[in-house]
Amino acid sequence: MCGLMGICDQSGTLMSGENAIKAMAVQRDRGNGLGGGFAGYGIYPDFPDHFCFHMMYHDVAAKEEAEAVFDRYFTVDLAEPMPTRPVKGIGDAPLLWRYFLVPDEHKLASSEMSPEDFVVHTVMLVNSTIDGAFVASSGKNMGAFKGVGFPEEIGHYYLLEEYAGNTWVGHNRFPTNTPGWWGGAHPFTLLDWSIVHNGEISSYGINSRYLEAFGYKCTLGTDTEVAAYLFDLLLRRHKLPLELACKALASPLWTEIDRMPAEEQAVMRSLRAVYGPGMLNGPFAIVLGFNGGMVALNDRIKLRPLVAAEQGSILMVASEESAIREVLDAPDRVWAPKAGEPVIGRIKGMDWPIHGDLHLSPSEISCAVTGVEDTCETTVEVN
Amino acid sequence: MPTSLIQPEFKVEIDYDKCHKCGRCVQQCGWGVYSFNERPFPDDSKCRACHRCVTYCPAHCITIKKNELALRENANWSSEQRKNVWRQAESGGVMLTGMGNDKPYTSYFDHLVLDACQVTNPSIDPLREPMELRTYLGRKPDSVEVESDGHGGVRLKEGAGIAKNIKLDAPIIFAPMSYGSVSLNVHKSLAMAAERLGILMNTGEGGLHADLYPYQDNVIVQVASGRFGVNPEYLNRGAAIEIKVGQGAKPGIGGHLPGEKINREVSTTRMIPQGSDAISPAPHHDIYSIEDLRQLIYSLKEASGYKPVGVKIAAVHNVGAIASGIVRAGADYVYLDGFKGGTGAAPAIIRDHVGIPLEIAIAVVDQRLRDEGIRNQASIIAAGSIRSSADMAKAIALGADVVAIGSAALMALGCHLCQGCHTGCCSWGLTTQKPELTRRVDPEWGAERLTNLVHAWSHELQEILGALGVNAVESLRGSRERLRAVGLDAQTCEILGVKPAGM
Repeated sequence: MCGLMGICDQSGTLMSGENAIKAMAVQRDRGNGLGGGFAGYGIYPDFPDHFCFHMMYHDVAAKEEAEAVFDRYFTVDLAEPMPTRPVKGIGDAPLLWRYFLVPDEHKLASSEMSPEDFVVHTVMLVNSTIDGAFVASSGKNMGAFKGVGFPEEIGHYYLLEEYAGNTWVGHNRFPTNTPGWWGGAHPFTLLDWSIVHNGEISSYGINSRYLEAFGYKCTLGTDTEVAAYLFDLLLRRHKLPLELACKALASPLWTEIDRMPAEEQAVMRSLRAVYGPGMLNGPFAIVLGFNGGMVALNDRIKLRPLVAAEQGSILMVASEESAIREVLDAPDRVWAPKAGEPVIGRIKGMDWPIHGDLHLSPSEISCAVTGVEDTCETTVEVN
Repeated sequence: MPTSLIQPEFKVEIDYDKCHKCGRCVQQCGWGVYSFNERPFPDDSKCRACHRCVTYCPAHCITIKKNELALRENANWSSEQRKNVWRQAESGGVMLTGMGNDKPYTSYFDHLVLDACQVTNPSIDPLREPMELRTYLGRKPDSVEVESDGHGGVRLKEGAGIAKNIKLDAPIIFAPMSYGSVSLNVHKSLAMAAERLGILMNTGEGGLHADLYPYQDNVIVQVASGRFGVNPEYLNRGAAIEIKVGQGAKPGIGGHLPGEKINREVSTTRMIPQGSDAISPAPHHDIYSIEDLRQLIYSLKEASGYKPVGVKIAAVHNVGAIASGIVRAGADYVYLDGFKGGTGAAPAIIRDHVGIPLEIAIAVVDQRLRDEGIRNQASIIAAGSIRSSADMAKAIALGADVVAIGSAALMALGCHLCQGCHTGCCSWGLTTQKPELTRRVDPEWGAERLTNLVHAWSHELQEILGALGVNAVESLRGSRERLRAVGLDAQTCEILGVKPAGM
């Protein structure tokens, strides 16, 4: 069991991170203090076009090594310790720093990579070759704030109430399968995608083997990692529309497909037959956050809770309705999304980013997301 | 000199106090065990323990026992080894047998156990929730390509999708058994059951009898090295075409249907003379390498309007590379037949000593195709002694899309595994063409029993899936994480891709 939330003001209006903390605080029971985290979007209006690296270091040597990498490949426009405050319950934190980076023009040009490739490559380089350094997030105008503790403690620790974002996702972890560590808390990120997840995917075995055939490496043994790669595969590499990707991951039943109009039926039948090994079976609720909105998705027979609500332009989802009532004073509509029906919030005027300029191999992406070294097949080199 | 040194294997005991002297045993036995003179007298040497007489005796007065003659114990020379030497010293011939390998090889299925959900993820109750077994057989594209339909929706791009796949309502089909080796009534039973179950039967290499045309959408038509019954009409009638390269019971060996079994109907269907032995060559004489296979696959596709074409092979040592070649040659499915698979007739020495276990073959082929990124390009059908729904579930978890049952299907129709298929005297009327025997199988009765069996296994598979917390069979397929090995060595575990229990 875990708890999650997502909130998105589709008009683009910024909301305090306090909302996200409040939503997670009332869902405290859903975690066990071994992991909490948030991601906020639109939180760095002063640096909207910089890649913001949120870093975790185990020691100063790791920090120096990582900073040497940043200095070499990027223009570092701001490097600062992550603002934190002491909070009871949070101890043993790694060194937390953040960097606002612009890829070095010459290095970028000579690498013949897109800026997105360049950044993910750097993430991979840091995660895989620098002992004790982990990139928590690396997207533009967004950041992940996570650690070992209850989410409201983590939120206060990172002073989230001082940030304002158009979209927030939050997570409360009750790890059952993997031990808690700071980098292993949710959300998991890839550039500006962040994913939080509640559930245990009973089809993990085949999902991971399916992804491995495409080159992804599922090393952490977490379901969340699998969900992140599946989104990357379906949305970015196979260019499926978001709704269809969700239908592939939480497929309708055959009896439902058989009742669809002929053309839709042909699409859905192929989608299920082709992506069957990727179908996420078992209980889950997922929120995928991105610059421009969020998607919440429940498993195909709704074995995990997910409640959604609208209030004006605000769309909110959470594991429990109490979280919604805590944040929204007068929701226009509160509903339980149907099994497998994605709830999509899109901020007006912002494009849906499918990372079209990212061309890295799946194993490189695995390496970037998890920070586990042996995911990389070859030594990583950024020129 | 004695005519034979070999004593009967079984003893037929009749309790004459109970015997009605009705003579039904005499009439039922296809092996000619009984003579009748006021009461039945058995000739033990002819008995194969098929239990036809026992089943039909109205007085329940017949008992078949093992003939427990003591030979001096010898752990090296089993009594069977000794008997075989005597037998071959008498006959000078190859020992023939029927059905599958009966030697005590390890069953890896019996060393694999399945997972179940507890607490952290819920099990699903198949009595209350949907539990989906539908499976699509055939080549799948790498991805689904869609385009806008101009009305705000999407549609498949031209040529995308799985249009050529065959829908199966359960991941189980009937294994190829040729008309000739089995009776027409067996074929009819299989075809009727396949239609009712939404699955497939397979003609085997003996052609498609006209009586089965109404069921052709549920029939795989096979093309084997003898090309019996193969013509354009045959190819076009089937739902799919299968090139039979090998059979698990006799890898590297062709087929032999004795002339006694080639009556007029079989002769017409097979397009061969009546009474002549039907001998299919060991290799296809137009397939001496993989590129030849590719040509045959595409010839068959051209001839049939691009129906799915599968390739059946026996599981042998290098099965991973062979299967990879088959998929790259354009096959829509690979049919893996393990070394315990059945046969209508095979040299016992081949049946019992050639080929590798099915479980290993599935694991190796599935992994090889995944390593090469071509697993989606072909389905895997696994066969060769699938004995229960547990075997089916484990085969699927190891990586098979579909399992095929032959021996189990015949058992549903009465087969007792007496291994006398090659004699043409089957008392149960299955592997014979003698009209007085074949009429013992009423196709309607047979279809019902086969339907029952597949339904039963399907229900059990649903229970297994529910316990695993998934509600669609594709979430078990290849999910070896849900298997654990008990009592297997580390290297075998690695080959199977399965962790030992406790890990």
